[in-house]
Order: sequence, then C-alpha cells, then structure tokens
Amino acid sequence: MDMARQPASAMQHQNSLTYLVFALAFTSGFAIMSVELLGGRILAPYFGSSIYVWGSVITIFMVALSLGYLIGGRLSLRTPNLARYGLFYALAAVALMPIVLLGENAMAMVFKHVTDPRYGSLLAASVLFFLPTLVMGMIAPYSVRLLVKHQQHSGQVAGFLYFISTLGSALGTLATSFYLVLWLEVNTIMLALIALMFTGALVAFLGHYGMKERCL
Amino acid sequence: MMRLMGLLLSVFAANSTAKTVHQERSLYQNLSVVEKDGRRCLVFAAIRGDQNQTCQYLDGSEKLVFPYVRMVLAGLLVNPKPQRILMVGLGGGSVPTVLHELYPDSQIDVVEIDPAVEKVAKAYFGFKESAKMQVTISDARVFIKRAALSHQQYDLVILDAFNGDYIPEHLMTEEFLEESKGLLSDQGVLVANTFSTSKLYDHESTTYRKVFGPFFNFKMKGTLNRVIIAAKAPLPSAQTLNENAASLTPELKAFAVPIAQYPDKLSTAIDWDTSARVLTDQYAPVNLLNKE
Repeated sequence: MDMARQPASAMQHQNSLTYLVFALAFTSGFAIMSVELLGGRILAPYFGSSIYVWGSVITIFMVALSLGYLIGGRLSLRTPNLARYGLFYALAAVALMPIVLLGENAMAMVFKHVTDPRYGSLLAASVLFFLPTLVMGMIAPYSVRLLVKHQQHSGQVAGFLYFISTLGSALGTLATSFYLVLWLEVNTIMLALIALMFTGALVAFLGHYGMKERCL
Repeated sequence: MMRLMGLLLSVFAANSTAKTVHQERSLYQNLSVVEKDGRRCLVFAAIRGDQNQTCQYLDGSEKLVFPYVRMVLAGLLVNPKPQRILMVGLGGGSVPTVLHELYPDSQIDVVEIDPAVEKVAKAYFGFKESAKMQVTISDARVFIKRAALSHQQYDLVILDAFNGDYIPEHLMTEEFLEESKGLLSDQGVLVANTFSTSKLYDHESTTYRKVFGPFFNFKMKGTLNRVIIAAKAPLPSAQTLNENAASLTPELKAFAVPIAQYPDKLSTAIDWDTSARVLTDQYAPVNLLNKE
C-alpha cells in the first residue's frame, strides 16, 4: 500500500538497496565460516588438532560474534547508512590482515609462554580471530536496520537476512573445506577473503553515493 | 521379512565366533576390543569392522600378527641400537612393547592423542608403563615442538598415527617433518607407517624427499601399507643393512619378524610422480587427496 504511493525512483532505490544488502550479508556469512574453518588449520601446527583446539576456535568465534551483534545493533541506532555499513567491511578486511602477517609470530609467542595446549589454543584463537569476527558480527544487525522500513515487516526482513547470511556461511564452509584448501594455500585463501571484504566495502560506498545522487 | 531374518541370523552367526570384550566411544573414535580366531584385536570404527589396529595372539605368543607392524621394525636395520625412542600413536602398544623387550635399557616415549586408547592398551593388551616406557597424552605435533624446544634427541622416531578413516593433516607436512628431523640424533632414524593406494602417495613421497633426500621405501606383498625409513645421516649400504639384519635375526625371532628378508626390499627408487606438490602447513589437503 505504502509502496504504491512512493515515486518509481524511490522504489527502484529500495530494490537495489535490498539486493545490495542481501549480497553483502551473504558475502560476510561466507567469510566468517571460511575464516573459522581455516582457523583450525592455522592453529594445528602449534596446538594440534585435538578436540579442544576446535573447542577454542568455536568458542572464540561465538563470543566474538555475540559481542559483534550487540555492538552492531547499538551502532544501527545512529543514522544508519550504506557508507557506515561499508566501513564495517573495510574494518573487517583490515582486522583479518594480522592473521596472515603476524599469525606465525603470535602463535610462537603463545606456544612459548602457555604450556597447556587448551589455554594456549584459546589464547591464540582470541589473539588472531576475536577482532575480525567481532567486526563481521556487527554486520548482521546493521543489515536488518538498513532494510527494515516498517515494524510489521521487521521479522520477515530479519528472517530473510539470517537465511541469506547463514546460506553464505554454509557455502563458505563447504567451498573452503572441499575445494579451496585443495587448490590454494591457507594464506592465499585468507588474502582472497580480505580482498572480498574490501570489495564489499567498495560496493557499499559506491551504493551509498550512487543512490544518494539519484534520490536527491 | 525373510531378508531381515537372514540378516539377524548372520549377525548372530558372526557373534558366535567374534566376541566383543570391550566397547567404548572415546573423544576421537569408537574403540572396541574383539576376540576372534584366537586373536584379540583393538578395532577403531567398529561399523566397518576392518580397521584392526593391533592384534595379539590369545595363546600368549609374542608373534606380531600384522605385516606392517613387523615392517616398522625395519628401522632397526639403520640404527640397531637405539637408546632413545619416540613412538607416535600407541594403538595396542605392540611396537613399544617389543622395543622395550629388545632394549630394556632404552628410554621409550610414547605419544597418544586419545586417553581411551592408553586405557585399553593397558587393560586388554598387557601394555605396561614404567620408568623406561612413558606415555604422554598429547597431539604429536605439540609434543614434538615442545621436545625440540627442550633440545631432546631421539635415535628412533616411529610415526604410526594414521588410521584409514582420517589422517591428521598437520602430521604430514614439510614443517612437521623438519621438526621431527630436528629431534633425530646423528644416527637417528625416522620410520613412518603410511599407505600406498591414493594420490596422497605422490605428495607424501615428494615431501619426504624434500626434507630427507633419498629414503628407503619399504613395501611388501599382501599389505597396502608402505613404510618410509629416513635418516639424518646418509643411508647405510646394502652390506651394512645385511650385517645388521644378521645380528638382529635371533633377537627378532620370538616376534616372527623375518628381518633377514627386509634389506632386499628397501628401495630408494623413485616410483612416484615427482611433480606432485609438496605438503606444507599452508597446503595440506591430505584427506581430500587420500580420496582420489
């Protein structure tokens, strides 16, 4: 009903915003699980592949994501827009870089100082994965905020966003474990994910300024 | 209905000959201890039923049941008097037990990831820990990294951590082999029990070759296992191998290890695709390669 009264350009604007946010939510979902899966591999040379190494990786990802949801939700209160949304992607890309650049040193340091492999892997996982996962967690609630225009549709929008981003996560897990590790080195996959997140940032920025021009 | 009856009957029939003495689900696998045909066996992943890890004869004989277990002892041809031994993967403990009997004064460290395996080896396979034989529950990679930090040296390192279903990928990489090589004393030898049937064979071989240079590739008819024997020093001559085999023959008789036959089967020939990519910590899709 509301839609019918909107001018055609505004509807088009809303449509392209929707597709853009869905595509980006899918991308971040993909990246989160791809990094998580590589996380186990990255830790294995120092902490092994015992059950508690996976326990550490999963714990840190869950804690970081939960805090990311909290912070992202809070940030969505203040003038939500695509430019800020893009900033999350850029930040996530930057936060992923130390895994490639400093991962080896960080793990060697932890390995030397913490002899219990349970707490060693927990500490190493938090040093390497906490920050980027937290930033990627901020994306989900912010996506919801960008798309929800009416209260009565909020559940549906949130549901569809979870659907898209979790589907991205499933594909990220599958692609990484079945194919990417067979073709590429761990660091190459990480760099590709960083490039992917930067591309996401760029697309969001372009979307922000492009749509602004057309609407004004 | 008839089919179901038949199935049930065959299950009962199988049970009448095979007796499951113990069964448990550990953190890493399903373990069972099964007695059949005069042998007691440790079985991983009981559903398939063909994953016998270690078997012992029930009549008290010390003879080693499986060819690959006997083949692992070929490492002694390169170093016949190891004083410090590291065994990765305990299983039923038959290899460390044999080594302890052969070399009662040698220090044997065993690393096993699964605490349930240690329990079962002690309760059902007569494995005994002592001052000279100690088990550490740990991931082997972590143990070896720590051992390197404290400058430990071993004369014999045996890698037997692989079962058919899942291979720990971080125990097959160039970096891991470098770390393991770093633990070897000047006369040290590394023995690995692995497979020979998949694409992994090429990748594993190029990786060992890169780290150790020429190594002995040991295969025998009747088993799909292959045993890699690599050393820190240059490999011994055929003459040395034969001399060592002759001196070991009487000691290994009780365990039914035909060591005198082994020197002829130790080959340094390259029978793999040398263009296969070396496995590293960055690239180790070992389980995917093992399926191809």
